[in-house]
Amino acid sequence: MKRVITGNQAVAYGVILSRVDVISAYPITPQTTIVEELSELIASGRLKTKFLKVESEHSAMAALIGASTGGVRTFTATSSHGLAYMHEMLHWASGARLPIVLVNVNRALGAPWNIWGDQSDSLSQRDTGWIQLYCENNQEVLDTIVQAYLIAETVRLPVMVVLDAFVLSHTAEAVEIPSIEEVDSILPPFCPDYPIDTQEPRAYSVITTPDYFLEFRYKVQKAMEQVPEVAKKVDDEFKARFGRGYGAIERYGKEGAKVLLMTSGTVTSTSRTVIKKLVEKGLSVAGIKIKRFRPFPSEEICEAIQGAKKIAVIDRNLSAGVGGIFAQELRASLYSREERPPVFGFVSGLGGRDITPELIEEAIQYTMEHPQPEGDIVWLGLKR
Amino acid sequence: MNKVKVPIAENLGHGHLACAGCGAAVAMRLTLKALGEKTVMVFPASCWSIVPGFWPYSSYKITAVHAGFVTGAATASGVRAALDVRGDDETLVAVWAGDGGTFDIGLQALSGAAERNEDLLYICNDNEGYMNTGTQRSSATPLLAWTTTTPVMQPKENPKKDIMAIMADHHIPYAATATIAYPEDLIRKLEKARSIRGTRFIHLFSPCPPGWKMPSEQTIKISRLAVRSRIFPLYEIENGRFYTIQEETRVVSVKEYLKIQGRFSHLTEKDIEMTQRNTDDAWERLQRKARC
Repeated sequence: MKRVITGNQAVAYGVILSRVDVISAYPITPQTTIVEELSELIASGRLKTKFLKVESEHSAMAALIGASTGGVRTFTATSSHGLAYMHEMLHWASGARLPIVLVNVNRALGAPWNIWGDQSDSLSQRDTGWIQLYCENNQEVLDTIVQAYLIAETVRLPVMVVLDAFVLSHTAEAVEIPSIEEVDSILPPFCPDYPIDTQEPRAYSVITTPDYFLEFRYKVQKAMEQVPEVAKKVDDEFKARFGRGYGAIERYGKEGAKVLLMTSGTVTSTSRTVIKKLVEKGLSVAGIKIKRFRPFPSEEICEAIQGAKKIAVIDRNLSAGVGGIFAQELRASLYSREERPPVFGFVSGLGGRDITPELIEEAIQYTMEHPQPEGDIVWLGLKR
Repeated sequence: MNKVKVPIAENLGHGHLACAGCGAAVAMRLTLKALGEKTVMVFPASCWSIVPGFWPYSSYKITAVHAGFVTGAATASGVRAALDVRGDDETLVAVWAGDGGTFDIGLQALSGAAERNEDLLYICNDNEGYMNTGTQRSSATPLLAWTTTTPVMQPKENPKKDIMAIMADHHIPYAATATIAYPEDLIRKLEKARSIRGTRFIHLFSPCPPGWKMPSEQTIKISRLAVRSRIFPLYEIENGRFYTIQEETRVVSVKEYLKIQGRFSHLTEKDIEMTQRNTDDAWERLQRKARC
């Protein structure tokens, strides 16, 4: 069935199709219509899911930690300040090895107040032990939620599915919605190894001394290292079933291009049209879309950039004092390689300003004209 | 009152790390007896994150879910939801939180759960301060008490928060105070709470020898004097409205209670008189509530 739906409605469909048992969430713009949609579905009896309407995001994540420990499939959605408020519990969820799925609608953090798209919220959580998957369109949002449960429940780590504020969350486009039976055929019910069972009492998340804590974290890292293989298998199976796959990254544009442009989220869609035009003009450019940010797809990227002389990265986020976070991660990935093309780190579109085709073209032109960037950050569209 | 049977089963095992004379250890032993094995207990950060021992061991013989400091009531709400989804309406979900995790940092989550009337038994183990971190003031610390953050030159300037009134105003089905010197009363209240659905709250008063600067063999005595002096009266509130006081007729002055605790040793006669007046006022207010 094909329907014209917003990104937030696509999230709700993802939740229905994944047969989530417990939702716990707190409203925040621009995530709000997700919780409204889910409340409607539950109230009308179309969705048999328990929805805890908690008093904060911190409690939303804590409740899911309780529910997931209890052995059921869980979901929440948030944005910006809400995600930041959950921060402590994000660490707890990954440390407790709970396969919770969270949708984050990217939004800037105050001060000053801003409700528009900016990746600084999710990227601020990059060290919490969560897998992070970024989406380019509403179809990908729906599909990624189903994939997220498959990955999370295999490696026993939580997954954050990320979409752009308004450009996806509140914008409608055609989405193919699979039937729940079709999804059932690839997503089995959640079967945890050690759910709460009073017949076999256990103590969960017991205080652990320096003698063992390192080993607990080592296991989290080992689980993260399984993700590329597991996610690929999940994506391949998904593609075989539904004809749609995404990969950890996607390369598009000219084969053997000298200049590459790395983007994530909806900026990729705009970049596709710009690059198509430039290639038609005879320029040697290609694009790389980053879908999986954690674990960072270093292997996949290094393979995809072979032969490139320069890499431009557009970051809709800022780690003040360093620069764009995708650029920073890319530089770290390249360091151990023999082939180390210069990385041009463009920062643009913070707080929801449009990253227009003109700006993207400007970034590509700049990269072509300069042998090296004039600093770790090249500001794009900055009013001076 | 009918004679209360204390169940034989011991669900707090050997080797726990509670201090000598820990009032809460006695309370935990009795509580786990009363609640039985079909219990999941959520432990936000408190002494009771440490007392059962370190991984891979635990002294709890029931299911224990350790949780973030702020999250007792929220984590328990999630556990309850999972059990409901699994069709298990028999297992009790309880929280054991300290006064910090209840009166202070955990109050928002508790208020949220109580407003939703989550099917939980929330036990606040009140030792009147942040004892696990070495005796800092909490909003449960009484007026004028010494703690490491309210030194004797400037003892606690504010009275103890009235957590029972806060919980009563959430109109939860059941709230009760209890303490270890009255074990039958404690067990009766726990059993009563277990039989009710919705949010139930037990305010458990637990003397803390190192934090209160009191001899460890005086725990039960101080627990009893708290009730006799009406510093900590025993009562129940049903549906936020109906108060029942378990009146202790052998009344003593607050001085009897204060004088054996080092945390009050700097109090002047005037301070003690004021404490007596405050206690009398609070008792008067409680009686008025119980009369209507």
